Amino acid sequence: MKNQSNQLQHFLLGLLAVSMLVLASCGKTNQGANTGALSGNAASKTYVAPGQLDEFYAFMSGGFSGQVSVYGLPSGRLFKVIPVFAVDGEKGYGFNEETKPLLNTSHGFIPWDDAHHPNLSQTNGETDGRWLFINGNNTPRIARIDLSTFETVETIEIPNSAGNHSSPYLTQNTEYLMAGTRFSVPIPQKDVPISSYTQNFRGALSFISVEKESGEMDVAFQVLMPGIDYDLASCGKNQSHGWAFFTSYNSEQKNSLLEVNASQNDKDFVAAINWKKAEEYLKQGKAKEYPTDYMHNVYNESTQTATSTSKKTVKVLDPADCPGLVYLLPTPKSPHGIDVNPTGEYIACSGKLSADITVHSFANMLKAIENKDFDGEFQGIPVLKFESVLGGVVKEPGLGPLHTEYDNQGNAYTSFFISSEIVKWKVGTWEVLDRVPTYYSIGHLMVPGGNSMKPDGKYVVALNKITKDRYLPTGPELTQSAQLYSIDGAKMELLLDFPTIGEPHYAQGISADKIIPKSKQFFKLSENKHPYMIPSEKDAKVVREGNNLHVYMTTIRSHFAPDNIEGVKVGDKVYFHVTNLEQDYDVPHGFAVMGANNGELLIMPGQTETLVWYPKKEGVFPMYCTDFCSALHQEMQGYIRVSPAGSATALKWWLGEEKPVQ
Amino acid sequence: MKKLATKFLALSLLIGVFSCSSDKPEAAASDTPKPKSMLAEEADPMTNKGLGPITSVEMSATVDQTLADHGKSVYDKMCTACHKPTEKFIGPAPKGILDRRSPEWIMNMILNPEQMVKEDPIAKKLLVEFNMSPMANQHLTEEDARAVLEYFRTL
Repeated sequence: MKNQSNQLQHFLLGLLAVSMLVLASCGKTNQGANTGALSGNAASKTYVAPGQLDEFYAFMSGGFSGQVSVYGLPSGRLFKVIPVFAVDGEKGYGFNEETKPLLNTSHGFIPWDDAHHPNLSQTNGETDGRWLFINGNNTPRIARIDLSTFETVETIEIPNSAGNHSSPYLTQNTEYLMAGTRFSVPIPQKDVPISSYTQNFRGALSFISVEKESGEMDVAFQVLMPGIDYDLASCGKNQSHGWAFFTSYNSEQKNSLLEVNASQNDKDFVAAINWKKAEEYLKQGKAKEYPTDYMHNVYNESTQTATSTSKKTVKVLDPADCPGLVYLLPTPKSPHGIDVNPTGEYIACSGKLSADITVHSFANMLKAIENKDFDGEFQGIPVLKFESVLGGVVKEPGLGPLHTEYDNQGNAYTSFFISSEIVKWKVGTWEVLDRVPTYYSIGHLMVPGGNSMKPDGKYVVALNKITKDRYLPTGPELTQSAQLYSIDGAKMELLLDFPTIGEPHYAQGISADKIIPKSKQFFKLSENKHPYMIPSEKDAKVVREGNNLHVYMTTIRSHFAPDNIEGVKVGDKVYFHVTNLEQDYDVPHGFAVMGANNGELLIMPGQTETLVWYPKKEGVFPMYCTDFCSALHQEMQGYIRVSPAGSATALKWWLGEEKPVQ
Repeated sequence: MKKLATKFLALSLLIGVFSCSSDKPEAAASDTPKPKSMLAEEADPMTNKGLGPITSVEMSATVDQTLADHGKSVYDKMCTACHKPTEKFIGPAPKGILDRRSPEWIMNMILNPEQMVKEDPIAKKLLVEFNMSPMANQHLTEEDARAVLEYFRTL
């Protein structure tokens, strides 16, 4: 029987192969080289049969969509888009009253950002499946996503920062998240000529602490660095735990035409920061309190509501007062990506205008510091001798190296933007082992666990900048894309192309086993402490407070209580506080009301959410459930009567018969 | 291979039986087999224990009032959106339910409604009678469901 089913399987696969050949021969053949990359049984390696589950979760940055998308690997199937820095009408995120505060900043409510580098929380250098952090690049912020609910639960603004790019790379026990500024700016901000860059501009590298149990973030301290551009970061592991490394460019300190002016010097710097030393200096009181202004927004799962706190000062360490806190490592040609290998000894630096990959050695760095092997100073910070810290060079592997990830076999994978390929090389011998083309112009790449001490290996995902002819055209703007390659054989093999939302920058992968058991199925009504929650239909009511009307409403398959409301007047501000009384998995209810100037509510079982509605016209207006909930979903509807301002229409509400719900 | 052929034959027969067994006019136009939930068989309601975790329920001769009081508070929170104690609403009223159903059936309907409305003959009929409005699983603990049952004795 087994034999027969195998035969059948082979037959079907054969049939599939033949039909693919036929299809390919019918289509245009100008992409022969690309389709040729798909050979052998690549399709079967990404085939996850209907009803089966993927092996890994992939969390992709949504780039300029501001969100995070969640995919399965190896199938490349999209499961969810988690709204983070941008409002999302689909989920009511940033539109309902509960989540609005998560988008508060010192510049006011910001409904968008540019999200780049998701980082999974780690314990002992291994991803633990608790939280996902991601940076907002434009208005500097970091968000925390709870991986039991896949919802954004906290955002913190980064003070004194301008372009939170080298962020939120984290330490091996998630003690700190990095938040280095891309743009140097006057600190504190002031009105100065832009041309006074060299005198007035500084760069703040922030260390964001993460509370061990709650995950809550805090700006622990900042290191006030010379005014240049900081690019990316990576934290030490094992013996290098306690250090953080930041790449930089524009050591020329220019403020215009950086394309030319910031590419003059042969070498820029990697800043190595000893954060354990920083902790000692903090204890000694070496930090100065700088006046500033930033917002910290936390979602409370118990009240199901986020609140914003404005903060006014930040602790700043100046390297001039703190010897041994910072060293600069000269690194060729505008280093971009920086990636510490799993053992913690090697620091791969991708000089994006260099033909080589420079790899610094942590042991050499410590030796050079001990021997005071300096090559002068930059703005008062000791510069270590390049030759003394160098661990090795991967010679001419490709053009435009950007980022490196690692597998569990001692190999490294570096993306090359200009030559559009992934190059596999051996850590320690620096020999190039393999290369595969990417379609096209890869930016970041991701191996599940590939930036941790325990990489899973198995796959590398290319996150590409250009797709050109890979998908059906959709006007001038094309889909963004990822590509999946297997890395468990001697040769890397392209398995799958799949589209992504926004521009994918970095991504993270984690074994599904680490997430599935923690995934929440519904919120317990008994634990819902939302101030406008009602535990049952009999508590449903409408309360008038001046022009504010508070509707305490419930949902269950398939009706609202109340579903008829009268006595609402033009000029009122109506709050619909809707509690979903369901206590079962996968039974959200939606709530939409005609003419609402925001979004819908999408209320998870046991949750309470609030939509504000401004009735502007007299009449009778409908509301309904937007999320198909049962065979009677289409019947889940109701009416709101809106009377003229100042009219005597009595406030009434009911369900079923025209009498109060009670 | 022979086994496979036999299975296939059995399946075709089964499909044949399903498509022929319908005598209801609204289904006559359709050749597709009906979902299992539409095919209710008769069962003695007082001996049918339903399907789920509960196989036997101990009940004292008189009502345990403390337990019934707890049951009422659980019922008020978790059930009243669809069940009024003494009148038909979204679902049936629980008043007098112990004269109509076994205590095990009642608790299984509370604790395991998804399987009950698919497979239990009485629950299948009720789903149709109540307009396909599904019994929601409110994830009560067995203790709370037992308390709700005790409360039903007081109605």
